Amino acid sequence: MQALSELIDQATSQIDAASDLAALDAVRVSFLGKKGELTARLKSLGALPGNERAAAGQEINKAKQALQTLLNARRDALESAALEQKLAADAVDVSLPGRGRSTGGRHPVSRAQARIERIFTNAGFGVRSGPEIEDDFHNFTALNIPDNHPARAMHDTFYFPGGNLLRTHTSPVQIRSIVKEGVPIRIIAPGRVYRCDSDQTHTPMFHQVEGLVIDENVSFANLKAVLHQFVEAFFERDAELRFRPSYFPFTEPSAEVDVRWGEGKWLEILGCGMVHPNVLESAGIDSEKYTGYAFGIGIERLAMLRYNVSDLRTFFENDLRFLRQFR
Amino acid sequence: MKISESWLREWVNTDLDSESLGHQLTMLGHEVDGIEHQGQGIEDIVIAAVVEVEKHPDADKLSLCKVDAGDGELVDVVCGAPNVVQGMKTPFARPGVTLPNGMKLRKAKIRGVVSNGMLCSAIEIGLGDESDGIMRLPQDAEVGARLVDLLNLPDAVIDLDLTPNRGDCFSVLGVARDVAALTGGKLKDAAIDASEATIRDEQAVELVEPEACPRFAGRVIRGIDTKAETPLWMTERLRRSGLRSISPVVDITNYVMLELGQPLHAYDLARIKGAIRPRLARQGEKLVLLDEKELHLKTDTLVVTDDSGPIGLAGIMGGLSTAVSDNSSNIFFEAAFWPQDFMAGRARAYGLHTDASLRFERGVDPSGQARAIERATQLLLEIAGGEAGPLTDIVVAESLPHQEKIILRENRLARLLGVEIDSGQVKQILTRLAMKVEVIDGGWGVLAPPHRFDMAIEADLIEEIARLHGYDSIPETTGFSQAPLQTVTESHIDLERVAATMVARDYQEVITYSFISSDANLAFSGEESELVLSNPISSEMSVMRASLWPGLVSAAAANTARQQDRVRLFEISKSFHGKLGAHEEVLRIGALVTGPVHHEQWGSSSKSVDFYDVKADVEALLSLLITDEKFRFEKTQHVALQPGQTANIFRGDELIGIVGKLHPQLAKTYDLKRAVYLFELDADKTLKSAAPNAKSISKFPAIRRDIAVIVDDSVSADDLVNAVAATAPDLIQSVRIFDIYKGENIEGGRKSVAIGLILQETSRTLTDEDADATMAAALKKLEENFAAVLRD
Repeated sequence: MQALSELIDQATSQIDAASDLAALDAVRVSFLGKKGELTARLKSLGALPGNERAAAGQEINKAKQALQTLLNARRDALESAALEQKLAADAVDVSLPGRGRSTGGRHPVSRAQARIERIFTNAGFGVRSGPEIEDDFHNFTALNIPDNHPARAMHDTFYFPGGNLLRTHTSPVQIRSIVKEGVPIRIIAPGRVYRCDSDQTHTPMFHQVEGLVIDENVSFANLKAVLHQFVEAFFERDAELRFRPSYFPFTEPSAEVDVRWGEGKWLEILGCGMVHPNVLESAGIDSEKYTGYAFGIGIERLAMLRYNVSDLRTFFENDLRFLRQFR
Repeated sequence: MKISESWLREWVNTDLDSESLGHQLTMLGHEVDGIEHQGQGIEDIVIAAVVEVEKHPDADKLSLCKVDAGDGELVDVVCGAPNVVQGMKTPFARPGVTLPNGMKLRKAKIRGVVSNGMLCSAIEIGLGDESDGIMRLPQDAEVGARLVDLLNLPDAVIDLDLTPNRGDCFSVLGVARDVAALTGGKLKDAAIDASEATIRDEQAVELVEPEACPRFAGRVIRGIDTKAETPLWMTERLRRSGLRSISPVVDITNYVMLELGQPLHAYDLARIKGAIRPRLARQGEKLVLLDEKELHLKTDTLVVTDDSGPIGLAGIMGGLSTAVSDNSSNIFFEAAFWPQDFMAGRARAYGLHTDASLRFERGVDPSGQARAIERATQLLLEIAGGEAGPLTDIVVAESLPHQEKIILRENRLARLLGVEIDSGQVKQILTRLAMKVEVIDGGWGVLAPPHRFDMAIEADLIEEIARLHGYDSIPETTGFSQAPLQTVTESHIDLERVAATMVARDYQEVITYSFISSDANLAFSGEESELVLSNPISSEMSVMRASLWPGLVSAAAANTARQQDRVRLFEISKSFHGKLGAHEEVLRIGALVTGPVHHEQWGSSSKSVDFYDVKADVEALLSLLITDEKFRFEKTQHVALQPGQTANIFRGDELIGIVGKLHPQLAKTYDLKRAVYLFELDADKTLKSAAPNAKSISKFPAIRRDIAVIVDDSVSADDLVNAVAATAPDLIQSVRIFDIYKGENIEGGRKSVAIGLILQETSRTLTDEDADATMAAALKKLEENFAAVLRD
């Protein structure tokens, strides 16, 4: 009969040679199975003389344990190799694009408007709106622009039969808000405005944000501070501003505000001033007790500067190739 | 307004250079649109006399000239100008001179003849935009002298953008006053010596409507030299101010207007019939203007009349019948005060816009008429001789505007500007502005000069002080408002959140015009608009839109035409409804989708969007809301949408929007080849929401049960789901349709609907018996209500 050690060597080399779990199992069966060689040896112990039986049995059990350990190790190795192979087969090309829905984007003018609203609401301003089809009173008369005022001719107003008009600025919201809410008041009013003008630098519809603060001690110095802070917040950088005297019938003193841009050029970005006493009085506010400031910002103008858009008209052409740049 | 810098400096003495002067004007509120330097780089151009002119032997259009440029000998010059004649004086550039346009002159052969330099046109030396040949200089110009000395160059033309409240600045005098007030520089005395009358002729003037014409100054001048020419210094100043020289009389009226701000008019004295009477036009009157245009006069229009009727449109343009001509030797000058209220908008109503009307509309100095006549007289006598009659100056003082004393309070000044300005400085500023200032308790009593007719209230004075003190010198001070913090409401969903949701669902926001063509509005709303603009930019932008869809569809069409096959757009803006006077503006959320559901991608086949893809987007918006109300999609018809694929969207019983497929015929009109889906929601109605109200979550396991029934095709999914849910509202947590099947094994006109239920109790674990009972009840209800048959 073969020596036990030879049998183990034989089993060990067969275990090592087993290339998959099935082959390994066959090796196990041939040695440790019911009809396996080691099992047969255990069964044949009975044929040995009694005094040898215990030692031989011990030997065989040792061998059996050793084989089992080898089998387990080999099985683990084969299993992990199989897993690795499976994982390798499952690998994907991570550079392929993801599937499903992409995202859209906001219009640059809305994007700028939302920023402006956020900056002012953070500072405690409320946001108001008003009608776009306005009456002459709110668009002009209440703003100290009586009939035949030269400023009317400069507004290029769209009219409806009977005297209604498309608001030429967001300033009528000032009047409506003061009358409705009273003072003190601290609001902005963004929205569409209309002028009967269409060329390279004008579109018949555009957007403004009106600002209005009325309180007991509001000064031109406050106006300068709030607008300077706003411009720096909007452009996210230090900005040099220039307030220059101008004229709006509904403010006095009035100013146009330029920002220093690029290579030192001054660019006009907004108009503002202290609310004219006639405007306060026409809205029923005591102009002795209250003072206020108002400003009007052209949103397209700021969007053009902020987003480097050179042609105003592209905002209203709605070309997706242009709009997709803004997200 | 264009103003010559050298002319301005003649009126006000200042050390500022051109750029600083421009900056200061801007900071005074007279925005400088541009400064154009003139006469730079032409220092080497000299004055030459053309001594001989011959035809070029080989070129019809060229002349051979012998020119005296003061060099002691004549030089040969070839000239191509049609106006070159023997004896004329003209600018001459010698070889070696570089012209402002960069051209360097050389001795050159032109068609075989040597030319030693060039005779110059105004354009070639940067002194104008038009020319009819070489520049004609006065006969007394000195040969060989520098052109720049003759023309008082270099100079700069400052283009000012004047604000409508500062009519007083529409002149050299007016701008000079403001500069002098700012710098303290000396202003030239505007007073003009009165011309002595050498004849006694006067033109009769009757102020029959003094409200409309409270002041009228004039003068007769007889026997002027009709051959006289306007002197070069004057034509140059006119040119630099943007006006062309016409004749001495007309040039003088323009010159005085530019200098003093008072428009003048000159009549041919012989052609005036009887007395001049300014008044409002009467019904049916007509007037032929200088430009030979006939006007049908409106009764709100001021005219100058004589016995023949209207002879001029007051303050706007003179009439043809009394116009001066080259042969007029007797003239009458008019300088009237036409009040702003009678001038505003009048020129525009006739399609006219003149230098005079612009000034009268913005207001002229009511005290400046006689001075203007004196200045014009002085200039005319100097240039064209003649005999002056006495000055006519008729004034109805009570109808003239006049200044009242304005009280300026020191504390008000400080409070409005947010800075204390030294009271000495305040007084100095006001005094420099020619105001009479009286110190009173707590402030000043101020009387503005007549030319500052824009000064009426305290705020006007405060603005003047801020302006001259310098806006730059006012500090920036953060203010604290008593206005309360704003509410951040949860009663409406924020539009920003709606926009973010749309963007997350792959929609691109657009902004389309609020006005559209009436055809498009009709096609998309089914109604003729009542909101029609009187003066639209074009018929394509003439009515207020009743829907956002026309703009979205046009934008989609423009983009698909640019090979964008997948277009998903949204807009949040207003639509306009109803009649003028009682119109309604409705904020809407509009969207459009066309093309594949997803952009082209690997691993999945392309599918075009259908009704349910778009409905899912609507539902996503609705899912933002916190509300107990139920939303319902109900089949409907819409003029712009395809029947059978159109649904009204209800919130409870309120209609809040509509979704559907663009009608194929309309899609064809816009050349949209793929199916287009649209929806529109009324933002105010849709976005009503509430703060969430949390309920406790059941700790017990849920049971899922499915059921499939066969019903008629016409039975709506909503009805089935609602019926099932109603059988045990406390138990049934959700009901979902997970399959619809038609075809084999299902008879025609019927469908199989598979419904999944989630059952759960909040207080105990559900048993199978509970679930079985619920399912049996649900089935029974479906059988009863919809003749449903259980599908095995």
